[in-house]
Amino acid sequence: MNAEAHAAHPAHSHPPTATGLDNLKLGFWVFLGSETLFFGTFIATYMIYVGRSLEGPYPHEILDIPLTTVSTFILLMSSLAMVLALNAVQKDNRRGALLWLMMTAGLGSIFLGFQAYEFTHFYNEGLTLQSSIFGTTFFILTGFHGIHVTVGVIWLMILWLQTYAGRIRSADALKVEIAGLYWHFVDIVWIVIFMLVYLMQEG
Amino acid sequence: MPTTETTRSTSRSVGAVLWDWLTTVDHKKIGILYGATALVFFVLGGVEAMLIRWQLSRPEAAFIDPDLYNQLFTMHGVTMVFLVGMPIAVAFFNYLIPLQIGARDVAFPRLNAFSYWVFLFGGIFMYTSVFAGIAPDGGWFGYANLSLREYSPGPNMDFYALGLQILGIGSIAGGVNFITTIINLRAPGMKFMRMPLFTWMAFVTSFIIITALPVLAVALFMLTFDRFWDTHFFNVMAGGDPVLWQHLFWLFGHPEVYILILPAFGIASEVIPTFSRKPLFGYAIMVFSGVLIGFISWGVWGHHMFTTGMGPIADAFFTISTMIIAIPTGVKVFNWLATMWGGAIRFTTAMLFAVAMVALFTIGGISGMMHAASPADLQQHDTYFVVAHFHYVLIGGLLMGVFAGFYYWYPKVSGRFMSEKLGKWHFWTFFIGFNAVFFPMHWVGLFGMPRRIYTYAEELNLGALNLFMSAMSLFMVVGTMFFIWNLVRSWRKGEPAVANPWGGSTLEWSTTSPPPDFNFAELPVVRSRNPLWDNPEDYDERVHTEPAGGVHMPNPSFWPLITAFGSAITLILFMTHIWWMPLVGLAITAVATINWAFEPAG
Repeated sequence: MNAEAHAAHPAHSHPPTATGLDNLKLGFWVFLGSETLFFGTFIATYMIYVGRSLEGPYPHEILDIPLTTVSTFILLMSSLAMVLALNAVQKDNRRGALLWLMMTAGLGSIFLGFQAYEFTHFYNEGLTLQSSIFGTTFFILTGFHGIHVTVGVIWLMILWLQTYAGRIRSADALKVEIAGLYWHFVDIVWIVIFMLVYLMQEG
Repeated sequence: MPTTETTRSTSRSVGAVLWDWLTTVDHKKIGILYGATALVFFVLGGVEAMLIRWQLSRPEAAFIDPDLYNQLFTMHGVTMVFLVGMPIAVAFFNYLIPLQIGARDVAFPRLNAFSYWVFLFGGIFMYTSVFAGIAPDGGWFGYANLSLREYSPGPNMDFYALGLQILGIGSIAGGVNFITTIINLRAPGMKFMRMPLFTWMAFVTSFIIITALPVLAVALFMLTFDRFWDTHFFNVMAGGDPVLWQHLFWLFGHPEVYILILPAFGIASEVIPTFSRKPLFGYAIMVFSGVLIGFISWGVWGHHMFTTGMGPIADAFFTISTMIIAIPTGVKVFNWLATMWGGAIRFTTAMLFAVAMVALFTIGGISGMMHAASPADLQQHDTYFVVAHFHYVLIGGLLMGVFAGFYYWYPKVSGRFMSEKLGKWHFWTFFIGFNAVFFPMHWVGLFGMPRRIYTYAEELNLGALNLFMSAMSLFMVVGTMFFIWNLVRSWRKGEPAVANPWGGSTLEWSTTSPPPDFNFAELPVVRSRNPLWDNPEDYDERVHTEPAGGVHMPNPSFWPLITAFGSAITLILFMTHIWWMPLVGLAITAVATINWAFEPAG
């Protein structure tokens, strides 16, 4: 690209691409494709081992569907907040952006709080990483999901701080959009986990 | 086009040069780093192979004790697959993809640097175990439950589980980068169906990387948890199943085979047309057969597991799917032959290696078909027949292709030719040595010699053949020495090369040798598949000096290096079994990542 063309594209935006799509956005979609296989493998492993525990507590004895329905609902609502946050950023509505980014991170944190409660509760009931194949697969699958949510919350908090400092305007909406892609992805993974682990339990 | 005299930095201090390479985000420099590092590991892996051949040169020999032998064959496999095969392909991807599609760099230059540093530190991490005498010893496939703490109590398989994990992270980052680069940074007019075959194969390979490596990552996490925290993924006593490891490993492992071979296919598809002076025969079919191989590579993993007792339906499925994957592969072989047919062939060293690649890969492919038939495979499983097969594929296919690529693109990278005379010596010693080692290995396998066993009984009467193979392997050593000497010597003393020394047809030959930092003074416009042959007037008079006002290039960065370093430190501290220690490494990684995210990319 020559100097004139570059001048037309300020430092924070990318030069034009062959498809017109932003590099970061495209690359992030590719990364999410890779993540799909990551969670897919953990979920498949869980499904293969369903009903093969030799010792309790078994899933039907310990999984609390009403409680987890509440935390699932909260996580789903955080996706709504994420959409509203992106909308506010795109419209240069700083107050709205701050509110909804905080709301997204906050709902995500509440979800993590539920998970922390659930994990301690299960642990006290005798379900541990080592207690049975259910314990192993359950904690590792939901644990890796929880780590992803945690990363998302930290990411959102950084975006919130940047917005607060006035460094995220509508021209930077892509940064929020990509965080949103990640957030929605993690949310969708949870829906699959909730269905397969909690709702379709057997044994 | 005039030759640009290479301006080697003689005036700059050593520190400045070092800093330049440590912080570089230039895809060409990163490509060179990848290539050089992979060659170092190639020599290490080769030394391991020679020690194995030494031990096997006589029946019931005791040059090497069984424990060390286990470490040697494991590290030989791990090294050649993860530290040589993949990174050497990525070296070519890095250097060539932006040049072939007419771009200034990859989509994410700093991520690219990160991938390299992760590879380097991951490799060093793995090799600390070798020099400490506690290297992984459970085979490169690390089968559970042999790899569990109960049967591998030492730290050996910890290095395996953690080392491959970090190498995988770098590979996935690379895959994301190359896919984005190829989709998004093509020059004007560079439609998908005009892309050089090498770039196409890199594209397919990158898709396999981003889909197959996460599966390995998960399997390695399970192994790590089983080893460090006594979880039950592969523990039969608690309802786990070691065969799950085999499924996950080969679900990754068979696509991995195509990650290794498709780049060599791509190289052959560039070299053969150039030295036949004919466009590639059946371009579209070559593209689609590569894509098809990529897809089918996901449905053949079970052929590694016929002896685990998957049942007749699964056996039949994997037999058929494996035979089907031979069709697009065979199509490629015939298209290379058809490209040469009636061409004005010049047997340069690069062409010799490319033709050898086609021939030797075909031999490996045919023995692969013999394994595909599950009843036959039951006899061949875990014998040297299998070892012969995959060395024909990986040395005969991958390595011959890579050698062809070195001789073909070296003038572009260095501005000088590699010596053809040394090249011919390299080719013939290596070619003869390779076939003399690995062809008899088919017989040794069919006679019943099992692989991965440190010795064999004299009564098998395989001593003479084994001694022959061990002796002939020295030819491969000599060939490799010719190669490395040629690489080093030609860097300063080779014949100077012009921009398009071989008369190639693709965009990388339109810029100077070596290319300037910015690759192209102005981005090329592409009007056909073989732009330099079809529209030479578009490229002839172009002078690649920096235009007035400069070319905007990405800033160098130190943070990818620190991020990768932090990840490696995390792993090393993990080995202490003190659970707060890895947090130190994670903190380094986190600080570096945040600095990386907030630093201007340029």
